[in-house]
Amino acid sequence: MSAAETRTILAQFQSADGDKTGPPLSLPSDVTAEQLSILINKFLENEETHPYSFYIDSKEVVHNIQKDIIEGEKRSAEDTLVIVYQPQAFFKVRAVTRCSSSMTGHTEAVISASFSPDGSQLASGSGDTTVRIWDLATETPRHTLKGHKNWVLSISWSPDGRTLASGSMDNTVRLWDPRTGKELGGPLTGHRKWITSLAWEPLHINPKANRLASSSKDGTVRVWDTLVRRCVFTLAGHTAAVTCVKWGGDGRIYTSSQDKTIKIWNPDGSLFKTLTGHAHWVNTLAFSTDFVLRTGAYDHTGREPGSEAEAQAMALKRYNEAKGKGPERLVSGSDDFTMFLWDPLNSTKPVERLVGHQKVVNHVSFSPDGRLLASASFDNSVKLWDGVSGKFIASLRGHVAAVYQVCWSSDSRMLLSASKDSTLKIWDLRTKKLKLELPGHADEVFTVDWSPGGDRVASGGKDRELKLWKN
Amino acid sequence: MPQNEYIEESIRRHGRRMDHAERKRKKEARKVHKDAAFAQKVHGLKAKLYNKKRHNEKIQMKKTLKMHDEKNAKQKTDDAVPEGAVPAYLLDREGQQRAKVLSNMLKQKRKEKAGKWNVPLPKVRGIAEDEMFRVVKTGKSKTKSWKRMVTKPTFVGDGFTRKPPKYERFIRPMALRYKKANVTHPELKATFQLPIIGVKKNPQSPMYTQLGVLTKGTIIEVNVAELGLVTTGGKVLWGKYAQITNNPENDGCINALLLV
Repeated sequence: MSAAETRTILAQFQSADGDKTGPPLSLPSDVTAEQLSILINKFLENEETHPYSFYIDSKEVVHNIQKDIIEGEKRSAEDTLVIVYQPQAFFKVRAVTRCSSSMTGHTEAVISASFSPDGSQLASGSGDTTVRIWDLATETPRHTLKGHKNWVLSISWSPDGRTLASGSMDNTVRLWDPRTGKELGGPLTGHRKWITSLAWEPLHINPKANRLASSSKDGTVRVWDTLVRRCVFTLAGHTAAVTCVKWGGDGRIYTSSQDKTIKIWNPDGSLFKTLTGHAHWVNTLAFSTDFVLRTGAYDHTGREPGSEAEAQAMALKRYNEAKGKGPERLVSGSDDFTMFLWDPLNSTKPVERLVGHQKVVNHVSFSPDGRLLASASFDNSVKLWDGVSGKFIASLRGHVAAVYQVCWSSDSRMLLSASKDSTLKIWDLRTKKLKLELPGHADEVFTVDWSPGGDRVASGGKDRELKLWKN
Repeated sequence: MPQNEYIEESIRRHGRRMDHAERKRKKEARKVHKDAAFAQKVHGLKAKLYNKKRHNEKIQMKKTLKMHDEKNAKQKTDDAVPEGAVPAYLLDREGQQRAKVLSNMLKQKRKEKAGKWNVPLPKVRGIAEDEMFRVVKTGKSKTKSWKRMVTKPTFVGDGFTRKPPKYERFIRPMALRYKKANVTHPELKATFQLPIIGVKKNPQSPMYTQLGVLTKGTIIEVNVAELGLVTTGGKVLWGKYAQITNNPENDGCINALLLV
C-alpha cells in the first residue's frame, strides 16, 4: 500500500556516547543499512569500511528506515531522526557447527574448562582431581597435572597466558606452567574450605601478572603473590561463603557472597564499599569489560606483544576502548531470581533491577563489546538485556532443563548456552533466535568456553568428555 | 522351672527389692571372676567345650572393643575422593529433583546390553472371553444376545465418539475408562502420573488391543514430556512405552513400568 511512498527524512548521526557526527542530512526514507554504513564510514574517515549497526530510538535498522521505523514504529517522516551508530566487531566469528572431537581422558565429570587468553591452549579441571592441558592442533591431551587431592573446581589463566591457576575442593590453589606441565612450587594453602573462584590482577595494572585472588566458602578472599607463592593479604568481611571474586579494571577487587552483599575492596586490602540489595545469595558477577580483562594484551590480530611494557600498553589501550566514556558497569545475579546492574564507583544504589526470571539466575555475562548482557537461569531460559540501561530485550527459550552457563563469541554476534539437558545452543543476536543446536553430550554440560580467537568452542560435563566444536 | 507366670505376676504386683539394681550389677561383675575360676578348674571334655565357647565370645568382644576404639580415635580424613563431582555453582544446592533428571548415558548402555523388546512381564495369565465380556441382552423380549460389555478397564482416545447405540457391539462403560497411569522408572524407582497416549499391544489378543483393554502385561504408550528427556540427537522425547504391572480391574488404578 505504501510501497511506492519514498519521502525524504531528516537524519542526524550520533555516536553511542552521544556526540553528533557529521551534519544533519536529508535522506530518502528507503535508505538501507548498507548505505548508512557507507555514509558513516565517510564521515568518520575510516580507511577500511568498518561494519556498524544503526539504532533509532533503540530499535535496530535491519532493512531500511522506511520499513523499520516509519512503518514499524509508526514514526512520522517529518521529525529529525537521530541515528545512533555502534561499531560492530571488525572481524566476524563463524558459528561452530560440528563436534570435531570428543576428548576422553578424565575419569570423572569435567567441571571447568578455559582457553588461554591468546586462544592457543586449553585447560580443563575435573572431579578426578587432575587438570589436563590439551593440544589443540592434534586434539589430544598434552599434559596431565596431578597434585590436587579433591575435585578441581575452578581454573584460571593469567592474563599473559604463562601461568595456570587451579582451585580445588581440598582448600588449596595450585599454580602450573602450561608449557612444561610442571607445578610451580607447592600448593597455596590457607583457606579453610573449598575454593569457589579465582581472579588474576589485570595486565594493564600489573604487567608481571603475579597477583591472584581466590575466594572460598569460608567467607574470605586471599590475594597471593604467585612468584613467591605467599598470601599477600586476606579480605575478611563476608559472613557467608564468597561465591565469586573479580578483579576490576580500576584495580579494586569485587566479591559477591551468600550473605546477600557485594563488597568492593581497595588494592591494599581495606574495604571500599558494600553493595546491598539482593534478597538471597549472590551467585555471580560480571563486568562490562570482562572479555578485555581476560584476554589482556591479545586481540583479534593474534599478535604477540614484545615486552612487558608493550603488553601493558596494549592491554591499557584495549581496556580504555572497551570501557568507553562511561564507567565500568557491574551486574550481579542472585538466587532471588533477579539481577542488579550497578555503577559501583559512583553510587551504592543499583542502576537497575532486572526482573523476569522465574528461577535462580546462575550465570550472567556481558558481551565483549559491553553492549549486551545475557543471563542464564534454572528456569530453562536465557534472557538478553541492554548492557547500558538494563532494559529487557528478549528471552531465548529452547532448553528443556536448567541453563548452567552462557558464553559470548568474541565479536558479540553469537551467544552460546550450556544446559543441564546435555545440549549446547547457539543464538544469533541479530534475529534474537536460535541459530544452531549442538547436541552430542550424553549428560549435563557443566562448562563451556569460546576461544578468544573465535574458531573453537570447548564444552565439558558430567559424561567426562571434553568436546571441541569447530566450524 | 516355673509352670506359670507367677514370678512375673508377683514382680508386677509387689515390685522388686530396693537394692535390686545394685545387687544385679554386683552379681554381673562377680560373674566375670566366677567364669574365669570355672574355666581354670574344669577338665576333660567339658573343659574343651567350655573353652571353645569362651574363645568365640572373646573374639566377639574384641571386635566390639576395636569398633569403639575407632570411634574415639581421631584419624586423618579419608583419602578416597568422593563421587558425584559438581561445579562450584551447584555445590551448596541439593539434588534438585534428581528423580526428574534421567541419565542418557545409562539409557544408551541399557539399550546396547538388552534386546529391544525385553519386557518386565514376559508371560501373563490368559483371560477367557467370558471373564472379559459380559453378555448384554437386548431386544423387545431381551432374547437377542449379540452385544457384549467389557468388564476390564479400557483406554479410549481423546476424540472417541460412540457408534450409534443400536449398532455398537462392544460397550466400553465410561466408569472403566482411564486416561492416566502411574508409571515407575525402573532405575530411579520414582513414580509419575503420566497421561496415556494409546494402547500398543495387549498380549491376550489383537482384538483387545483394538478395543483398548488394559490388563496386566499390556504395553501402553505414555506421554513423558513432563520428565524432560532428551535424545543424544538433541530431540525432546515425549512418548515412551510402559508395561502394566498390576490388575487394574481389581485396584482401580493403572500401575506401569517404563520400558527404557
